[in-house]
Amino acid sequence: MSEAETANDKLNYLNCEKGFLSWLMSIDHKRIGLMYMASMFLFFVVGGIFALAVRTELFSHGETIVNAQAYNILFTLHGVIMIFLFIVPGIPATLGNFLLPLMIGAKDVVFPKLNRFSYWLYLLGAMVAFFALFMKLDTGWTFYAPYSLENSRAVITATSAAFILGFSSILTGLNFLVTIHKMRAPGMQWGRLPLFVWTLYATAILQVAATPIIGITLLLLILENALNIGVFDPSKGGDPLLFEHLFWFYSHPVVYIIILPAMGIVSEIVPVFSRKPIFGYKALVYASVGIAGISLLVWGHHLFVAGMSNFARYLFSFLTFLVAIPTAVKVFNWVATMYKGSISWDSPMLYAMSFVFLFLIAGTTGIHLATLATNAHYHDTYFVVAHFHYTLQGGAVVGLLAGMHFWFPKMFGRMFNESFAKFSWLVLFIGFNGTFLPQFVLGMQGMPRRYFDYPPEFEGLHRISTIFSFVNGLGYAMVLGNLLYAAFKGKFATSNPYLSKSLEWQTDSPPIKDNFAEIPRVTDWTYSYGATQ
Amino acid sequence: MSSSEASLAPGEYHHIEPEQAYHAAKFGMWIFLITEIHLFAVLFCVFAVYRFKYLAEFERHAQTLDWKLGGLNTIVLLTSSYFMVRAVDSAQRGLNGNCKTWLNFTFLCGLIFLAIKAFEYDTKFSHYLGPSTNIFYGLYFTMTGLHGVHVIAGMAVIWWLRSLAANNRFSTTYYTPVEVSGLYWHLVDIIWIYLFPLLYLIGGIK
Ligand code: HEM
Ligand SMILES: [Cu+2]
Repeated sequence: MSEAETANDKLNYLNCEKGFLSWLMSIDHKRIGLMYMASMFLFFVVGGIFALAVRTELFSHGETIVNAQAYNILFTLHGVIMIFLFIVPGIPATLGNFLLPLMIGAKDVVFPKLNRFSYWLYLLGAMVAFFALFMKLDTGWTFYAPYSLENSRAVITATSAAFILGFSSILTGLNFLVTIHKMRAPGMQWGRLPLFVWTLYATAILQVAATPIIGITLLLLILENALNIGVFDPSKGGDPLLFEHLFWFYSHPVVYIIILPAMGIVSEIVPVFSRKPIFGYKALVYASVGIAGISLLVWGHHLFVAGMSNFARYLFSFLTFLVAIPTAVKVFNWVATMYKGSISWDSPMLYAMSFVFLFLIAGTTGIHLATLATNAHYHDTYFVVAHFHYTLQGGAVVGLLAGMHFWFPKMFGRMFNESFAKFSWLVLFIGFNGTFLPQFVLGMQGMPRRYFDYPPEFEGLHRISTIFSFVNGLGYAMVLGNLLYAAFKGKFATSNPYLSKSLEWQTDSPPIKDNFAEIPRVTDWTYSYGATQ
Repeated sequence: MSSSEASLAPGEYHHIEPEQAYHAAKFGMWIFLITEIHLFAVLFCVFAVYRFKYLAEFERHAQTLDWKLGGLNTIVLLTSSYFMVRAVDSAQRGLNGNCKTWLNFTFLCGLIFLAIKAFEYDTKFSHYLGPSTNIFYGLYFTMTGLHGVHVIAGMAVIWWLRSLAANNRFSTTYYTPVEVSGLYWHLVDIIWIYLFPLLYLIGGIK
């Protein structure tokens, strides 16, 4: 584990081979991770533009820029892109791919060719998805039957895309699970595994266990549209509620596929920037696995008002409350880690802290939604919209950005402009809260979601939301611009600028093609900051 | 854990040792089989829901299925699993010729299974019974159709294994592809063993 000056010093995974094909055909997990990152953020920008279009329409009551039908298409495109193309592959496909082998001291994931295949599948799925987007898909990303039996061509195409993307996700999860089991360097015992790796592990279990459920559900919907098999079609005796159950049986756990790795990133960042060992390592591990487990049992909270027995309502409400416990354990442990630490407020830490703050809002409003009486009022209002944006954007996306700033020097051997990074963080933070805080109030006042128009009373809050949504967009442009510029032109960084102790920093930055000159022997816990430092 | 690249058997990746690759491949296949089980589990649940809801209709429709053909197919698949076991056994002993022969038999069983299935589908279609007739037939065609797709995928894999065996690729130290593909083939077999009574037998035979 030395930073020895070897002949390889100048040769790294970025420059060892050249040309477009050398990337597309690469089986190097680091290159695959970067390719995922580039493609995903491209789609993120597209989805973001649709979001701004939606917000622009809502700036005034009445028709503003598009008619009702175009509005439905716009929010569907936004949802489909953001969920299926961006945040579900999310952190595992990008930072996970890049870091997992480095963090456990392996040369690569266990099945490198399968990894490349997953990426190709992802590209294929994205292409099919974009076809569907041109077919006036207006079902929302949830494809609820029986409405999704109306526009068969678009729905078949979109769900086929989701099916392909799901396959890609399953193969990534499978690859990670086997990698974590079989590829750990000598001495990297389960109890020494970095917490980010633990969250990837819990995530992979969910990917493998839950994704086939949505796969077959979408396949049934495809067959319903193509062959009229009847299972979701009420006119043939089928049950549309069954679709909702099956859909959420996957789509709630997917929330944790999305959010758990972000929590893992925060668990890596907090000790480094507090110069203290992580507090309650084991509790954090159990919390990750616990969240993954409970998440499989709570799907019914999406159907409280859709029709189910009172007993089922009580049960799903109670089980949903339970998720708050392991989540709170995590928050307390991060705070305890910082207690009496010597904290430095570099940009990764700023992002990590805003994750905690925003996710706290997401979680506590989630409890409102899980409570039966309040759910009846909030269901399908802007309160839900605000809640899940605090989770998805304030949680997962901010977590991803935290990780991208933290590991940036690792990935590129270069450094971004730190003061600009802090400034763009501030713009993003203000823009985000300004967009979504008013939506909680809108929801409480009864503004339903997915509506293109509203009575004039709601206009004030909608205007605030729309204005800040552009600030939010500007924030993203600044963040991504800063990082993109730095990837090519940034100053060269030292190999471990944040003085982290974990394994991925104990090799060159950027790493050589095979990660480590020789496979490391792990003799210590990753988080022994403080006295020994 | 340094990898001695020279000793790697064909088909292994550069960065791990054969022993490790073998266990990894097997573990990976077991995880994949879990995903397949979850896939079919949903269909079983959906079937249960509608059978419960439309009990009398489901029993009546089940009686129109030909349990003798279904039973024959069960025998064909079980036999194919036996052939597969022999193929794995031969590969483990490094007997590539034998392995290829057993794989041929397995493949042939797959073909027979599909032929019988096609005949069954054809008789249904000729009675104007198709996936859109009602939910029972919708599920019957979905479940057997999806299973059929898995049979075809399995046969494609067997065809690939055949070519490996023909090139003498297997030895006493390298037989991973046959073994993990064997696991997959057994799963396809097992799923049929559940499908058969569910669709043909329960309420089916008077
Ligand atoms: C403490 C954790 C959480 C709790 C207690 C919770 C609870 C709920 C409940 C009860 C609903 C149903 C709302 C309704 O019926 O109108 C809901 C909706 C939703 N939640 Fe959460 N949730 C939590 C975390 C998350 C996370 C982490 C995400 C995403 C990353 C998320 C995304 C969503 C989405 C997208 C919906 C909207 C569903 C729709 O289309 O109607 N939630 N949540
Ligand atoms: Cu949920």
